[in-house]
Amino acid sequence: MKILVPTKRVPSTDEPVRVHPDGSGIDNATLTHMINPFDAIALEEALRIRERQGPGVGVVAVGIGSVAFESELRTALAMGADRALRIDCDDSVLDPWSVAQVLAAIVRREKPDLVLMGKQAVDDDSNQAGQILAGLLDWPQATFASKIQFLEPARLQVARETDRGLETVVIRLPAVVTTDLRLNEPRYASLPALMKARKRPIETVSQRELGVSLEPKVRIMRLEQAAVGRECVRVADVAELVRRLRYEAKVI
Amino acid sequence: MVILVVAEYDTAHVRPGSRSALGVARDLAARSGERVEWLVLGSGLDSVASDAARFAPVTVADHPLLVQATADRYARVIADVARAHEASVILANATTFAKDILPRAAALLGAAMAGDVTGYSFADGELLLRRPMYAGATTATVTLAGRPYIITVRASAFPPAEPLAKSGECVAWNVVAATLPNQIEYVGLESRPTMRPDLTEARVVVSVGRAFRSSEEFEQYVGRLADALKGAAGCTRALVDDGITPNEWQVGQTGKVVAPELYVALGISGAIQHLAGMKNSRIVVAVNSDAEAPIFSIANYGLVGDVRQITPALIEELNR
Ligand SMILES: Cc1cc2nc3c(=O)[nH]c(=O)nc-3n(C[C@H](O)[C@H](O)[C@H](O)COP(=O)(O)OP(=O)(O)OC[C@H]3O[C@@H](n4cnc5c(N)ncnc54)[C@H](O)[C@@H]3O)c2cc1C
Repeated sequence: MKILVPTKRVPSTDEPVRVHPDGSGIDNATLTHMINPFDAIALEEALRIRERQGPGVGVVAVGIGSVAFESELRTALAMGADRALRIDCDDSVLDPWSVAQVLAAIVRREKPDLVLMGKQAVDDDSNQAGQILAGLLDWPQATFASKIQFLEPARLQVARETDRGLETVVIRLPAVVTTDLRLNEPRYASLPALMKARKRPIETVSQRELGVSLEPKVRIMRLEQAAVGRECVRVADVAELVRRLRYEAKVI
Repeated sequence: MVILVVAEYDTAHVRPGSRSALGVARDLAARSGERVEWLVLGSGLDSVASDAARFAPVTVADHPLLVQATADRYARVIADVARAHEASVILANATTFAKDILPRAAALLGAAMAGDVTGYSFADGELLLRRPMYAGATTATVTLAGRPYIITVRASAFPPAEPLAKSGECVAWNVVAATLPNQIEYVGLESRPTMRPDLTEARVVVSVGRAFRSSEEFEQYVGRLADALKGAAGCTRALVDDGITPNEWQVGQTGKVVAPELYVALGISGAIQHLAGMKNSRIVVAVNSDAEAPIFSIANYGLVGDVRQITPALIEELNR
């Protein structure tokens, strides 16, 4: 069985992002990057499936973007991915639609049984690529997975986190599954593993070789720093709080 | 050409969040001269459809095979109706229902999609959509290429549409069973029953973070305070991770987005991922033992102290 895990390079969630003063995007100069947390969870799940089911399972990490993406792909190799594949393209214009187009082309080439990917990337927060991919391939989908179990033959039982509660579905392979936060706790790549991964090859395919043209459907015109922050009145005690909520804010 | 709004409903009523999406649809239609129409999918929809019709004409896709909202079938029917009615825009509230299904419909239609939209404007006749990115730290203005547009809106950013003077018509969509995919088998739903209002629809939300360590404590403090305020109870991811509260109570970037009149944050540090789900609340109250906690920077009222002492005192004061 082959599992494809798309891994997106995103700004670290530990640091605040700042918008470039001209509104063209975020200020990348000082940012550190990481594998999108949801993709790291997807990769961890794929590795656990391989650990349970044995070496017949192959895990392929896929990055779509510039050579900078290789650092996250090396982290994926260090975590345990068998192969790393980078689709070389201009990632500044990618939207969920074009990501799904590229992934569909990779799926046709690699013929995986399962695409396991994050439910959203924490930069654009779109939450679309997996579903679009499933639609393009006409494959079953199970989004927002918090538990994945294999059933015989070639089926998955997936617990999905929805607004209404935990929904369980069964889907046939091949399929697309997108991961939610509680699926697992991703392992860290050890330093020796990271050192070793530096020497491992990263297969690179150009977008042209893959035969897809990037035609994004979402164009970001402008980015602004969202205004947060309020003048906080520090109250002395509960009585003052209730009084102010009642007579000043008039919310209770 | 129509603007199609995919409705969500509970037992017999269209959800207020879907009515917010309908309000946006009406406004867009007022500019373009198009028609607005609900699309309701499910099984046994008579009462839901007549409730929906109070707000707009309804296309009703009613079939036993649509009893559960599985993405394969729903996306197919939505795409079929959108083609037949020449939809220029498909709108819905940004819930997990819409997030699961609509991008798949976008794939079938070759449509352009923007999610979690919180505002819009027009420039040279082009629709500019505003949506949060980076856990709400930034707001992007985006344009879409490729009709139809598929847009999910944050209900908290738009008021629910009011009923029409005269109900719209309900027209049945002919669901052809043989054309429906059969890729996703629904097994069941597990949710923790609660008598409290829905998080996203409540006037008051009482939310709590890592300060409490068990479901019993949660009920004793947060539950009782929520009840005293007739509000809903929410939480941070920390409590869901620890199994203290169910996932559907989580507020934030990856949970629900709320904007109540009053949001009470008890023992919540104020991580950006949590703020993403509540920072547009009208009044925010923060109680935290750490006077430097970031949550105070987005609170209107702050009280420094131990939530184990303050919460019971607050309940008592409210009930006086
Ligand atoms: C990709 C990603 C997505 C995420 N999505 C979400 C999301 O949707 N929603 C979400 O909430 N989080 C989310 N998080 C997690 C988020 O980063 C924080 O870890 C989380 O919100 C912290 O929860 P907390 O405030 O309960 O806990 P902590 O940060 O541990 O804060 C606990 C607070 O309680 C106070 N406290 C403790 N005891 C008491 C007491 N007795 N009395 C008074 N105060 C007390 C402390 O001073 C502290 O400020 C996400 C993280 C990532 C990486």
